Amino acid sequence: MKPAPFDYYAPTSVEEALDKLTELGYSGKVLAGGQSLIPAMNFRMARPTALVDLNKVKELSYIKPTADGGLAIGTMTRDSVVEDDILVNERFPILVNTIKHIAHKQIRNRGTFGGAIAHADPAAQLPAAILLLDANLKVLSKSGERWVKATDFFIGPFMTVLEPEEMLAEVVLPPMAPRTGASYQQVSRQKGGYAQAAVISTVTLDGSDRVKEARVALFSVGESALLASKPNQVLAGQVPTAEAIEEVAAYVAKNECDPGTDIHGTEEYRRNLVHVLVRRALIDAVQQAKK
Amino acid sequence: MTQKVKVAITVNGTLYEREVEPRLLLSDFIRHDLGLKGTHVGCEHGLCGACTVLIDGQTARSCTLFTVMVDGSDIKTVESLGTMEEMHPIQEAFSEVHALQCGFCTPGFLMTTVEFLEGNPNPTAKEAREAIDGNFCRCTGYENIVEAVQLAAKKMAAH
Repeated sequence: MKPAPFDYYAPTSVEEALDKLTELGYSGKVLAGGQSLIPAMNFRMARPTALVDLNKVKELSYIKPTADGGLAIGTMTRDSVVEDDILVNERFPILVNTIKHIAHKQIRNRGTFGGAIAHADPAAQLPAAILLLDANLKVLSKSGERWVKATDFFIGPFMTVLEPEEMLAEVVLPPMAPRTGASYQQVSRQKGGYAQAAVISTVTLDGSDRVKEARVALFSVGESALLASKPNQVLAGQVPTAEAIEEVAAYVAKNECDPGTDIHGTEEYRRNLVHVLVRRALIDAVQQAKK
Repeated sequence: MTQKVKVAITVNGTLYEREVEPRLLLSDFIRHDLGLKGTHVGCEHGLCGACTVLIDGQTARSCTLFTVMVDGSDIKTVESLGTMEEMHPIQEAFSEVHALQCGFCTPGFLMTTVEFLEGNPNPTAKEAREAIDGNFCRCTGYENIVEAVQLAAKKMAAH
């Protein structure tokens, strides 16, 4: 068999799962959809001592509207369920567009919303999406719950602030402001493959078409998903001219990402991609906001 | 001592109750434990799509799931489609327009097509092409596969 042996637990409730995670401590790992973890285990790059499988914890799979117009998504909700959900399509079309770029249908049918976030792959879509959408994360442990902002959640490649006895239980997306446009831009060798660089943006305009807020998230170009700060610093309160957007794109490519060099592209090439993609993403988001 | 876990999984309409190691991949359970060799195993890390099966009606790659994760599920493999004498319309379509060369990837393409045509019974060539983007054909016979998916749609509509 390809993966190394491990102890297996299949709790049927959150309470039971948290008990098990506390008991196992550093030797325990949560198994969600398994679409990243199992390939890594098949290569024996990952050899967890024990897995706590959440597939039978039905209470972690849901999409609920929040009173303010946002959404709460349970951690075990499959990507394809989020993708096809009417409320998600209505309230967060950019999230649907982003999820469509995750691998392929066969993977999205099994991969989970919270699993991809907790896995924190620097080349994954969802960590960047929740930075962009300023999500709040509900983290549970036996001793209670705590809330972590998406911007405080990721600390490095495949690293988050989650403690071994904790689990990510829910992702809460605050509502999109009126007159917000969004855009997803990536360059990859093939559809469904890892992006060499990718950018997701939102732009909110006021009544006179000046920028209220501009957000730009990047992935595949650093040690974790990134949220750039320059776009809002430059564009807030301004009319988003082509020149201003160009200035922002050039700055982000030079100073707000940290791409590496590998067989698919050099650092220089990836910075160039970031420059182009940030520009495209902001121009497109402004156009969408005006619709 | 090796841990064994009891599972009850329905495959192609038959309920199998087995004790399996937690690390047993679903693809290996299907092929080795149940002897259903129609499901092919290519890359074994979720890239090629050859091992695609339907789990509760939805496609998934059986090489990137532990058998224990699908306890209680209803699974369909390529053996559920048709026989040599009485092929499924999708199999007929693949056969008629030569949508397979070596045939290794074909079970995955067939199962992907089953799910796709349920949601989109009259696809354009572009849609058919997008639907198979998770399956690799190393003979690169994609043109005929796209044609077969569309022909299968016509055959199923006529049924």
